[in-house]
Amino acid sequence: MAEQQADILTAENLQLWRGDRRLFEHLFVEARPECMVHIQGANGAGKTSLMRILCGLASPDEGQVCWRGERIGRVRSEFQGMLAYLGHRDGLKHDLSALENLRFCCGLQRSVEEVTLRAALDSAGVGDAADLPVRFLSAGQRRRVAFARVTASAAALWLLDEPFANLDAEGTAFVARTVLGHLEHGGLVVMAAHRLPPELSAARVAIVTLG
Amino acid sequence: MLSAMRLVLARELRLAFRRWGQAATPLMFFMIVTTLFPLALGPPQLGGLASGVLWVAALLSSLLALDALFRADFEDGSMEQLVLTRQPLPILLVARVLAHWLVSALPLILLAPLLALALDLPGRALATLLLALLLGTPTLSFIGAVGAALTTGLRRGSALLALLVLPLAVPVLIFGARATDMAAHGEDPSGALFLLASLLFLSLSLGPFAAAAALRVSLE
Amino acid sequence: MRKFWHELASPPHFYRLAGRLSPWFGWVAAVLIVGSGWAGLFWAPPDYQQGDAFRIIYVHVPSAWMSLFVYVVMATAAAIGLIWRIKLAHAVAASCAPLGASFTFLALATGSIWGKPMWGTWWEWDARLTSELILLFLYAGYMALRGSIDDTARADRASAVLALVGVVNVPIIHYSVIWWSSLHQGPTVTKLDAPSIAVSMLVPLLTMSFGFMCYFAAVLLARVRGEVLERERNARWVRQYSGLS
Repeated sequence: MAEQQADILTAENLQLWRGDRRLFEHLFVEARPECMVHIQGANGAGKTSLMRILCGLASPDEGQVCWRGERIGRVRSEFQGMLAYLGHRDGLKHDLSALENLRFCCGLQRSVEEVTLRAALDSAGVGDAADLPVRFLSAGQRRRVAFARVTASAAALWLLDEPFANLDAEGTAFVARTVLGHLEHGGLVVMAAHRLPPELSAARVAIVTLG
Repeated sequence: MLSAMRLVLARELRLAFRRWGQAATPLMFFMIVTTLFPLALGPPQLGGLASGVLWVAALLSSLLALDALFRADFEDGSMEQLVLTRQPLPILLVARVLAHWLVSALPLILLAPLLALALDLPGRALATLLLALLLGTPTLSFIGAVGAALTTGLRRGSALLALLVLPLAVPVLIFGARATDMAAHGEDPSGALFLLASLLFLSLSLGPFAAAAALRVSLE
Repeated sequence: MRKFWHELASPPHFYRLAGRLSPWFGWVAAVLIVGSGWAGLFWAPPDYQQGDAFRIIYVHVPSAWMSLFVYVVMATAAAIGLIWRIKLAHAVAASCAPLGASFTFLALATGSIWGKPMWGTWWEWDARLTSELILLFLYAGYMALRGSIDDTARADRASAVLALVGVVNVPIIHYSVIWWSSLHQGPTVTKLDAPSIAVSMLVPLLTMSFGFMCYFAAVLLARVRGEVLERERNARWVRQYSGLS
């Protein structure tokens, strides 16, 4: 029972078809605290599809995804309360300011202090733009805001789909450092990315290769 | 749960306020469609048609507004974030649809008496018209939310939305127009109004669940 | 019992079973439809008000019943597919829609033809005809939604939600239209006075309806077979069956 209560995300025997093409079958993924799962593969290999299956947005043709040993469909509210998902779209409202975006998304998960949100934006390097409508930010800055949403959410499980997209060297290093810190504090990370930045070489990584 | 609904409501209203031009489109559409009828039918024939004209115009403009209900959220990825929160999706959608109704239907309802008078609707029917619109348009929004959730992100989505939603809106149209018409003829419209109210409760209790299921399918 | 359902829902098993059953339903349907057609045309006495014009009810009424029945079958299959995630049920729902739409169209066409001698016009805003027309729109919406989603699994689930919303609305629409027409034109000409109908008129009607039902079953099974073959085209049993491997 103790095993079941630990924070652990498992995907068993996944199979997914896209039309007449099979993206993957008999795929097992296990994410545990302190060890990052790195999903890699060529374009079109199904990285984003797998990420969406892992967070419950999509369902596989075969197999199941479990959180703490229970199918995520059954413990949806509990599972999603522990989850922060960074999709390949930022999920930000362009007419709201960065701060307003964060206040809404994090506020739906738990009550958050304004200071926490500002601190998250500051450390992501977009503190100056916190009160500007997201419309006025560059693609890289938006990515930083979206990542700040993940850090401010206080979620245990981070599902990051191409977190380094559009980021400059400094931003990449920041994301890598933050991910390392999250892992050290016992967090879970699943990341889909083409290649990992050198900063992450210090992390324990389990690799899932698609295609 | 209530605080989650309040958050959604506040965000949607703020967004609508910052994009008020978008929110005003259905209202203008409502006025234009209502103006088209006297032009097509000729003023002398208008007499008994006012309630029908207003209801058809209200139905069409609510359809026009519905098309945009989830579109932006799908495109910028914020729908994924909404679906992945701890909160039950149907509850969030109730707030979402309520905000949509406040922005797109309420101004239309406030304008309706003015247009009704221009269409020669007897003054004694105005109160009934208002009440019927207040009861009927939220039902249209809840039915339409299911259709919008199903069609957003599809090619030809807007045309499809009309095809899916309009047949389902028939009862609201019938009872709404009839209630107004009865009041105009000095009859007691309470029967039709009660039926409208029960449709509202039905759509309020089932619609969000259907819309939530539809959204999850559309996000896949 | 559980095993029986499980086997029924397995595509190859269902494919063979449906292949065996479909012709039987087809033959029963043919016999019943020809027999009751003959009885309706020659055996049943002419109506004392409408003369021979009433004989169209032997097509009109069964197709109107079937149009509703098929919608309920479709929604039930959709619900089963949605709740228990049974792909075969989705295939059944998908195959129902064009059939239901055809029955609805037949009911509308015969109703309109019947309207010519009855009301002197091809179209009357009669409650039943109007609600049949809206039912046709519902079928059209279902098929259009299915047609505009490429991914089969997604199309299945989206259209299943729509079918369920539709089936809740069908009775509401029906009664609201009846309410509407009763207010507008007073009592319409009742087409079928249930208590006063002669037995010799009623019997062909019932056997004809049963014939329609069997016809529906035969065509549905055949359509579901086709649908299953297409959906399972990558499965081993289909490849063996079609001699591809």
